[in-house]
Amino acid sequence: MDKRKPKKVFVQGAIPPEKIATSVANHQSKTDIGAHSIFLGQIRADEVDGKTVTAIDYTAYEEMAEKVFHEIREATFVKFDITCAHVYHSLGKVNVGELCLFVFTSSAHRRIAIEATNFLVEEIKAKVPVFGKEIFEDETHQWKVNK
Amino acid sequence: MTVTIKYFGLVAEAAEKFEEILELNGALTASELKTQCLNSLNIADKDSVQIAVNQNLDDKITLKDGDEVALLPPFAGG
Repeated sequence: MDKRKPKKVFVQGAIPPEKIATSVANHQSKTDIGAHSIFLGQIRADEVDGKTVTAIDYTAYEEMAEKVFHEIREATFVKFDITCAHVYHSLGKVNVGELCLFVFTSSAHRRIAIEATNFLVEEIKAKVPVFGKEIFEDETHQWKVNK
Repeated sequence: MTVTIKYFGLVAEAAEKFEEILELNGALTASELKTQCLNSLNIADKDSVQIAVNQNLDDKITLKDGDEVALLPPFAGG
């Protein structure tokens, strides 16, 4: 049943915006696709007690995270009639305004792709052991918790 | 028996280490080991820390020699 190989999800540092354009271009030869759905997570300059977040430093339990990413991706293929699903997540420091998560699904029709992307994002946030240290401008930090 | 224990995020910060090998005497569940490890650490919300045994979240399991255990603070991906 499990025919898809685990894909490398983690990238060091920010995800370059060019990667999104390249990924779309790579799917233009697949003419059974009628809709792409893309989610991009960007680092927000949150303000906490008068201090502003300047970056998030991501770490992960990498072996478990790669396994959970694969399980979530497999579950997405079972649940939704999609053609493709790609996930990239940053490790290390990502500055405010830069991208830390790129989720990309494709399907024949829009609703399925949109729902599949939403499912992937929610599952990733809930289940993948990734940790984020929010760094403030004065070099102090706090640990991010997903809501 | 010995288990390898890995610390992440705020748990690693409180423990001031990322990994250690622990010698355990007698049968211990993952939950019991978690309580033992967190007792000595200055962590505000200990209930928010989860334990994984050999990369599976399971605090009921009884630990075996050679297990890899991880203490995981709240997830913050994306």
